[in-house]
Amino acid sequence: MMPVFDATLCGLILAVALAAVAGRDVFRAIVFFIVYGLMLAVAWVRLGALDVALAEAAISGGLTAGLFLVAYGRLAAVGAADEPAGLLNPPAALAGCGLSAALGWAWFALPQPDRPAPQLAEALPRSGVENPVTAVLLNFRAWDTLLESVVLLTALIGVLMLARVGAWPGRPGLAQHVRPGGVMAGFGRVLPPVGLLVGVYLVYVGAERPGGAFQGGTVIAAVGLVATLTGAFRPPAVDAPGWRAALVAGPLLFLLWGLAGAVIGNGFLTFPPTLAGAAILAIEAALAVSIAVTLAVLVLGAPEQAARE
Amino acid sequence: MTGLSLYALTGAGLTGLGLYGLIATRHLLRRVVAFNLLGSGVFLFLGAAAARGEGADPVPHALIITGIVVALSASALAVGLVVAQARLTGRATLPEEDTHGDDV
Amino acid sequence: MSALVAVLVLPLAGALAAVALPDRAARPAALMAVAGALAAALALVAVVAAGDVPRLRVGGWTPPVGIVLAGDGLAAAMVLMVALVIGTVAWVARSAMAAERVGARASFGFWPLTLLLWSALNVVFVSRDLFNLYVGIELLGLAAVGLVAIEGRPAALAAAMRYMVFALVGSLLYLAGVALVYAAHGALDMDLLAARTPAGTDALALALMTVGLMAKTALFPFHVWLPPAHAGAPAPASAMLSALVPKASFLIALRLWTEVMPDTASQAALTLIGALGTLAVVWGSLCALVQTRAKLIVAYSTVAEIGYLFVVFPLLPIAAGAWNGVVFLALSHGLAKAAMFLAVGQWMRAAGGDRLDDLRGMARAMPMTSFAFGLAAVTLAGLPPSGGFTGKYLVMTAAFTSGQWGWALVVLLGGLLTAAYLYRVIAALFAERAERVERAEPAGCAAAAQGRGAALAPFVLAGCAIALGLASAGLLDLVAVGRPAPIAGDTP
Repeated sequence: MMPVFDATLCGLILAVALAAVAGRDVFRAIVFFIVYGLMLAVAWVRLGALDVALAEAAISGGLTAGLFLVAYGRLAAVGAADEPAGLLNPPAALAGCGLSAALGWAWFALPQPDRPAPQLAEALPRSGVENPVTAVLLNFRAWDTLLESVVLLTALIGVLMLARVGAWPGRPGLAQHVRPGGVMAGFGRVLPPVGLLVGVYLVYVGAERPGGAFQGGTVIAAVGLVATLTGAFRPPAVDAPGWRAALVAGPLLFLLWGLAGAVIGNGFLTFPPTLAGAAILAIEAALAVSIAVTLAVLVLGAPEQAARE
Repeated sequence: MTGLSLYALTGAGLTGLGLYGLIATRHLLRRVVAFNLLGSGVFLFLGAAAARGEGADPVPHALIITGIVVALSASALAVGLVVAQARLTGRATLPEEDTHGDDV
Repeated sequence: MSALVAVLVLPLAGALAAVALPDRAARPAALMAVAGALAAALALVAVVAAGDVPRLRVGGWTPPVGIVLAGDGLAAAMVLMVALVIGTVAWVARSAMAAERVGARASFGFWPLTLLLWSALNVVFVSRDLFNLYVGIELLGLAAVGLVAIEGRPAALAAAMRYMVFALVGSLLYLAGVALVYAAHGALDMDLLAARTPAGTDALALALMTVGLMAKTALFPFHVWLPPAHAGAPAPASAMLSALVPKASFLIALRLWTEVMPDTASQAALTLIGALGTLAVVWGSLCALVQTRAKLIVAYSTVAEIGYLFVVFPLLPIAAGAWNGVVFLALSHGLAKAAMFLAVGQWMRAAGGDRLDDLRGMARAMPMTSFAFGLAAVTLAGLPPSGGFTGKYLVMTAAFTSGQWGWALVVLLGGLLTAAYLYRVIAALFAERAERVERAEPAGCAAAAQGRGAALAPFVLAGCAIALGLASAGLLDLVAVGRPAPIAGDTP
């Protein structure tokens, strides 16, 4: 039964991916990509990676899709949404086939190492959290996660640099005009509280069950986006101090915790077992706030209209 | 084991599709879509490899989550560049690829 | 240990401060972070020069559970070079990237992006974990693309987009290789992997990682994104992009081939890499010979210099001095290239453009800047007593003693071509300003307006590149600390 399901799922995934790459319509490619993201989330569930499934559904299936759709709207407005006539590209096709074939061969040639490492099993109880993925992300490989939150910030600054001349320092994205009392306005009232609840829960429960700062932060970002796109909320101007503080809160708290460890003498980015649980929760909360703000502004885009008070 | 092989080979196939799309497509937004396909293909391959062991190995899952966020950051910057360029030039392709079918 | 933490934390903290603080406090905070990080780099070099390799297990976890950071001699030298370059660039950028000149938006974004670039470079230099290196080069790539696009001109945006496409392909190919390594061995730490039992998929993993890194380092044939990107960015940014960013991915490739998987390195693959390096040297130099804009000449020069670094790869396993040679080349190229871009930037401000015709007679209007450019040219062409000469000497000696004199010829040819295309710029500097006499006043005034400090900056960097050659013994001792074992032989 399950092999049939797996085979069907994999076949569908490949078919949808092919549809997203081939063809000429940009909008269709984006829609296929959204479907692809959701099916991939199911594949992750089948592989037993629930945290990854949540992240894939929220980030790839949801937020990246929003990113593409907002961008598509901007491109269509300037008439740049058409794909120019293309010819088949033999070297690229060769490269693609070669890569697939190489990885396929490698799969069957892979040795089976001693995994998961026994050291991991004995380190997990000392990590302060029960969810092993959170333990790896926020404790064992915390340096990676700290850098990852900084990567998000860097992308945001890069996007802000693309603001329209004369629109700096305005509000991110375009102003939204929504008919009061319509469907969009209704969404803007109903969805945010529910989404906020789900997002906060995901952050909180990440210590024990699948979830965590990235998944929860993405849901909260989606809440902010829904509120903004339905006109219920106006994002602050880029030079407003409050949101910039929220932007750096996560990485800053993480970095300060790491420094505190180094200064006190435990070592950089150390989580003593007694404090680990509380520290990880606090850092995840701050990270979720930063991630939410960063992702929301990334999707909204650089300021395009001059600030008008 | 066959089930895992299915996912691994799907991941391998996705990388090939994504690489082709990233190199050959000319509309920049579709290139970013292809980049995401390539990335998720690599992650799927790694995830399938990780599931071969006896117990669940959380390290690859953490790596994949990190990779997903990093890929999102890169996608966001790339998309921002596409929109900014289209705003200035009205085109969403690299200048040298606009009317010819050349390689990059 | 604390120096190691400081070089990582200070640029990051500075970047966060530069984002969060209001504009008037952000720039002083960024400059303080620059000064602090420079001091930390000096401290790290002092620690390593004493013979100690500071190793940090982040969070106290040993691999394969945790990540290890280590500051060996090569890392310390690179960290110091980056600190010197960015410190000097920051000094120049106080006025070159001020809000009055480039606009509030670019002025806001320059400092966080620069400090993030710095953090990313330091992360890559000291990390011993393959996936951590991936996050580091991603951070580096995004900051670099941001710096290319910072002024928002259409040509720069297209260049940034092209850079992005190559960088994306490169990152994911590298990641595919890392995935294969982890799937086969269950570890990501370089030292654990060096002691692994080789697997059949290692060659493919190494190939994928190397191709990805070559795309990010702009090695031929993946070089097409580099000249427009570096020429389109503002001069302080170009200095950092050309001098520093390729060194990071190059360093990862060097460590992969010499420390992590030297057993997988087949002579055929190494020869292929050397061949690509040769093509880069020849192609980059030839393109530089026909350019009319100074910035593009310097950018194509970077393409050629990157070729040098990879030409040495076939010599690494078999010749003792080659590793030292490539390190010298990387360090002196970094300092000299940054000096060149800063000099070109100052000429552009004075002359209004960077075409060779615009630069005629600049030697008289801006003597110190032109002298700095000349010194940097000495290093790049490999003339004594510069660091570039020491590097070339080590590489050529290694090539001759191991019987691979073909690569020595490439290095020699490259030096001649470098001298040729750089001479074109120097000739323009000293040429008579025949039909443009009326521009003498504006050029002089604009030059004076930039102040003595700005002219000093490229001179300091070019001087450091020369000093590398004079003090080469000290540098050789420094990079010998923690050098990988198979290449532990002394220099000839």
